[in-house]
Amino acid sequence: MNAFLHAAIIAGIPLLLATLGETITEKAGHLNLGVEGMMLLGAVAGFATGLYTGSPVLAILAAILAGAGGALIYGILTISMRANQVVSGLALTIFGTGFSSYMGSGLIGQKLSEQMTDFFRPVAIPLLSGIPLIGDMLFRQDVFVYFSYLLCILIGIYLFKTNMGLNLQAIGENPSAADASGIPITRYKYIHVLLGGALCGLGGAYLSVVQVPQWQENITSGRGWIAIALVIFCKWNPWKSFFGAILFGGLSIVGFRLQQFNISQHILDMLPYLVTILVLAIGRENKKNSAPEAMSLPYFREER
Amino acid sequence: MLRLVKRGHVSKRERILIYFLSVLAALVTSGLFVLLMGHSPWQVFQSMILGAFGSRLRFQDTMIIAVPLIITSVGIMIAFKMKFWNIGGEGQILIGALFASYFALNFSDWPRPVLLLVMLLAGFAGGALVALIPAVLKVKLQTNETIVTLMLNYIAFHLVTYLQYGPWRDPNSKGFPKIANFSANALLPKVFGLHMGWIIMLILVVAITILLRYTKIGYKIAVVGESKDTARYAGMNLNRIIISSVAVSGGICGMVGMIEAAGVNYTLTPSLTGGYGFLAIITTWLSGLNPVAIIPVSVLFAALTKGGNFIQTAFQIPQSAASVIQSIILFFVIGAEFFIQYRIVGKEKG
Repeated sequence: MNAFLHAAIIAGIPLLLATLGETITEKAGHLNLGVEGMMLLGAVAGFATGLYTGSPVLAILAAILAGAGGALIYGILTISMRANQVVSGLALTIFGTGFSSYMGSGLIGQKLSEQMTDFFRPVAIPLLSGIPLIGDMLFRQDVFVYFSYLLCILIGIYLFKTNMGLNLQAIGENPSAADASGIPITRYKYIHVLLGGALCGLGGAYLSVVQVPQWQENITSGRGWIAIALVIFCKWNPWKSFFGAILFGGLSIVGFRLQQFNISQHILDMLPYLVTILVLAIGRENKKNSAPEAMSLPYFREER
Repeated sequence: MLRLVKRGHVSKRERILIYFLSVLAALVTSGLFVLLMGHSPWQVFQSMILGAFGSRLRFQDTMIIAVPLIITSVGIMIAFKMKFWNIGGEGQILIGALFASYFALNFSDWPRPVLLLVMLLAGFAGGALVALIPAVLKVKLQTNETIVTLMLNYIAFHLVTYLQYGPWRDPNSKGFPKIANFSANALLPKVFGLHMGWIIMLILVVAITILLRYTKIGYKIAVVGESKDTARYAGMNLNRIIISSVAVSGGICGMVGMIEAAGVNYTLTPSLTGGYGFLAIITTWLSGLNPVAIIPVSVLFAALTKGGNFIQTAFQIPQSAASVIQSIILFFVIGAEFFIQYRIVGKEKG
């Protein structure tokens, strides 16, 4: 059981980071279906940089830049050029998938240096790791995981407790009102779409640099889409997405352990998506829990 | 200072010019990408065209990709006309294929024309059934259809994977997890060397064009797409129009599933959709929701894919490079829409 919970966290981290990224993006009123693509860009950039430089910090920076770079293409198209968000996001996923497997074709089978793997070795946090059940699960992990916890907490505070975060939410709900009250819409949108991409890139890098850690073509294998589902499942709330990510992460690996009960992993794999549809269908009454009002509508000031 | 102004009317010639320029810009950019890979862009593009159209066989291969892409695009377009963002083509194709395969696997002793017709109808029913879920949820609960259709893609994928590894696994496949191949009775016959899906495609394109342009239903769909309030005010039964046309939209995608199973794969596999459901969203959008324009746009994208396969063997350029080129073209053409909708003008001071 302990081992399973521990593994559920590891499986949940890429989902968590991508979910945080997509939550921020959607809060800015942008549905970016390029999550999978940005994760792959981050994964390949992180792995390649880690391989050639041997520096974990540079690897993470590269993943952030690659994810944000993908988001920049999406941002130029949907923010400045007001293109259709669904189409632009899908194009970004096609790009990320193709580009990563092109760049990664020489990386298959290569191993990261000792220095890298050592850096991401699990470290027990004194005292906290002694807590029964959750101690081992939460606090005997690698630095990347702790960093993700921190990001999750900070992003929640940012969205709900700071002026900038509230401004951002205003943009996602009603851009013309936000514009009228003097919030620089375009700048906000760019910053948060890029930030969202950076987080997706990080999520991808966790897979290629820490979890696997090797380059495989299409290493994310659909996790980007689960993240899009998670954003809804967790009702656009960064803190809830922590639990959601562990739950969905756990679901993705539990089939292996349930083989004796004859439950197919393929059936379990359907659950995240089914639950998301249910949440979407049932949870619409409460305004606080629903999608940003102006999501996926382009904003053109002169059309108010 | 520069500012944006919304354009009024854009003539057809201007529109075509803008798209032409954007494709040109895309070719220059992807040419740079090819140059960076250490190849001559001229040679690579030339052999991509040759690889896609250079011989009868290659042209047939291109059409094998183009046919499902065109049909899926036409199907999705019906929903898009109502601003119902059906991005569930993948799932609708798969469930259509699943329904058709049920008959192909269990009733292979039926006369061939009957069996094939039943399979096609079953494919339609399967796709329509999947599409009904987001349609009903949208109408009854105002649920966001983009997300629901997207989620259903993955549910369909895992369902078919489950069948492949579980109940439908072919016991004669020596432990290899696959669903049994269809018997000859359940395969689409070839016409001019190409499975007859292309005939179904032509019929569908003509029928849908007529339906949308010259019938009352088509007119209603257009009104709902332009303004739901107008439609309601005119006394149209909004819910019924949305539900029935989304079902048709999904049904047409489901037929693609039958065609791909019986014409290309000869069995049911989770990868049978070939990404057409997603690619079709892009081709549909780029063709401006015009069923006739869908054909050249889809053939272009099919040619890019087939040509991409070809340069892989000719230049040892990985297949993934072709999808990079494809997405570069995509980005530019998506961006071109901006220049059709808006004009940049200099702003006078004061």
